[in-house]
Amino acid sequence: MSVQALSGADVKATPQSPPLTAEHLKLVDRVAGWNILVGVLALSIGALLGVFQGLEHARVIDIYPWLQPVIKTYYQGLTLHGALNAVVWTTFFICGFFTFAFVRSLNRPLKYPKLSVIAFFVMLAGLIIAAVPMLMNNATVLYTFYPPLMADWAFYVGLTLLVVGSWIVGYSMYFTYYAWRKENPEVRAPFIALASTITMVLWQIATLGVAAEILFLILPNAFAPVFGYTAPGLDPLLSRTLFWWFGHPLVYFWLLPAYVSWYAMLPAQTNGKMFSEPLARLVFWLFLLFSTPVGFHHQYADPGIPEIWKYIHMLFTFGVGFPSLITAFTVVASLEIGARARGGKGYLRWIGRLNWGDPSYAAQNLAMILFIFGGIGGIINASYNVNMATHNTMWVPGHFHLTVGSASTLTFFGITYWLVPKLTNRKLFTPKLALAQAWTWFFGMLFFSNAYHTLGLVFSVPRRTMLGQAPYYSEQWNLQMMESVLGLAFLTISATLYFAIMLFTWILPRKLDKPIEMPVAQPLDPKPAPKWLDTWWPWLNGAIALVILSYGPMLFQLIRDAEFWSRGIRVW
Amino acid sequence: MSEQTHETEHAAESGGHSADPHGAAENHTEESALHIEKWEGIWIRIAVGMTVVFIVAITIAALSFGITVPGATARINPTTLNQEGNPFATPGVRELAPGKYEVYMVAQTWNFVPDRIEVPVGSEVTFYLTARDVIHGVKFAETNVNMMALPGQVSTLKATFDKPGTYNYICHEYCGYVAGAPIGHHTMYGQLIVLPANETAQATTE
Repeated sequence: MSVQALSGADVKATPQSPPLTAEHLKLVDRVAGWNILVGVLALSIGALLGVFQGLEHARVIDIYPWLQPVIKTYYQGLTLHGALNAVVWTTFFICGFFTFAFVRSLNRPLKYPKLSVIAFFVMLAGLIIAAVPMLMNNATVLYTFYPPLMADWAFYVGLTLLVVGSWIVGYSMYFTYYAWRKENPEVRAPFIALASTITMVLWQIATLGVAAEILFLILPNAFAPVFGYTAPGLDPLLSRTLFWWFGHPLVYFWLLPAYVSWYAMLPAQTNGKMFSEPLARLVFWLFLLFSTPVGFHHQYADPGIPEIWKYIHMLFTFGVGFPSLITAFTVVASLEIGARARGGKGYLRWIGRLNWGDPSYAAQNLAMILFIFGGIGGIINASYNVNMATHNTMWVPGHFHLTVGSASTLTFFGITYWLVPKLTNRKLFTPKLALAQAWTWFFGMLFFSNAYHTLGLVFSVPRRTMLGQAPYYSEQWNLQMMESVLGLAFLTISATLYFAIMLFTWILPRKLDKPIEMPVAQPLDPKPAPKWLDTWWPWLNGAIALVILSYGPMLFQLIRDAEFWSRGIRVW
Repeated sequence: MSEQTHETEHAAESGGHSADPHGAAENHTEESALHIEKWEGIWIRIAVGMTVVFIVAITIAALSFGITVPGATARINPTTLNQEGNPFATPGVRELAPGKYEVYMVAQTWNFVPDRIEVPVGSEVTFYLTARDVIHGVKFAETNVNMMALPGQVSTLKATFDKPGTYNYICHEYCGYVAGAPIGHHTMYGQLIVLPANETAQATTE
């Protein structure tokens, strides 16, 4: 890699960036809009299925007999809920949001604009191909699809295309970033452009694990019945290990777009400034370093992996928790600057002066508050032996509804409250409804996740289970089940509001009075970040080295000793 | 994969000089050090301190109190579980010495074998668990015995049961179901009965 070439030895030959034209932005915005539309549609189905699951768990109503023949069973619904919410909604939204924000932040047109169009259609094709077997109950393996459970081949091919499409979104960004760097060798990369590019590189490294799992272990088995050859079999532990190479950095792919907004947009939405812009860059670099060598913390309870490797991954997991701890201070400080500029006083009274009347702001600030609890829960999950008390219990869905379901999703809702009006040139329908939406989501998730955390920790209630039908259902759970239904009631109202707001914003002919611009927070200290916080090679090479060190020896051993004893089975 | 690998020189397209709308991020620079504000520095130290304390606590718990996680024990071909001589061919509870037991357990769609375990209070029990078909998992309610069951692998954990009572052990990894029948992942469980001291005489019938 000719990294040194970046340091601009030939300044004289530096070409200038082409101008960012309205024509180009039109294309970018169209692609961003398509992505967000698909994401929101997926979420509308996924969220509805979530409500059915919650009602089943609490024995309020077993709705599945009435959903025939569309949704045949609880577990088919659960597969769709996970895939549509955690994969489709997040990935499409993030690709749309990043495409929109990256170009504006860099103030340079995409080098190959067609790549972003191609990426969208590859992702869409993947979604459709994967949706067919899911809707036909031929892929009821949940979105983690652990073999030997074996779904229809189309499920894996579809997911692969979805991921490959998101890679292309990344390539479009890398080419553009590289071109910009050539044109501006001595300038610091704008924060939003840098942070979103880091996130896409992190995603690229992460998805290599699941790509290897699907290509080398799953597809040779899934294609066997199609082409009529004998399935080669597979090794469930190797498969799981490759999945979790991907499975944890996946959560940073969900979270970091929210961090981009919290760091670099949200302060501007409440008259604040970026408290410490260089430190924000450091945070993103640390995520690139530490997000992948942590996967064994999802496998603490697995056999076949020595304790020492689990322990090493725990250390890295605490390493990746650290940049979030910095974020907690730095983002709050950025917002405090805003609150004080708006007349806020006192040690804590300034909080009331934040821009709570703006639904885009309020949603994201509420998402942050929920993420405090999500983060604490995450540290508990990461804690090696403490994890034994919570692993695969209802604690876990309680946890990730605060993280991906709130920190990410509620932030993305907040972003759409300025982004969708911007893209459609329509007024938000209406700010008051959007505020109600944000607050009902906040209280809904608070009750819901509190109930599920307790069910898991205190009563060891298993996750991913059709609890209403379980013979071990206990009356001891009643209080928490009632609390979860209270949360669900709030969430149902909130989700209904959200989809109504999106729909009516889009279709009602209420043109914007004045154009909306992307909020960009200025750094408090105008001094640019040190060069080492704008230099790829130490961080990228460091990340690759850490992946090799933390996964290399164990993967080598698992591959060397792999036994393909297991055959893919359909047990539903 | 990253922008460095793309070597094409950008064509010298002419065009307007890009005005910078975002101001300060693009100032030309002299080398500057990372400046950290006072309270930010204090917070970073607290964050590092907390992280270290957590890690130390976890390490002490693992090394001194034996609160640990399954490791790499043994592998076993899931297609041979029924063969003679395979310890999983006759799953169940075995008494090794007074107060010491081992349990060989097979997880399969959709039950645990055995699905009932009785041990006297205060027993130290070593569990050996494997799966016959797909991945399963088990947690003994109100305890820290929590293991995945993978075909091809043996999961091992040791636990001491100090409180008499009945503890459910429930499958906690999705493992399929039969549509329309009350059988599947959600019906897969067993019961561990920790007998009070005065009943231990008739325990361990297996």
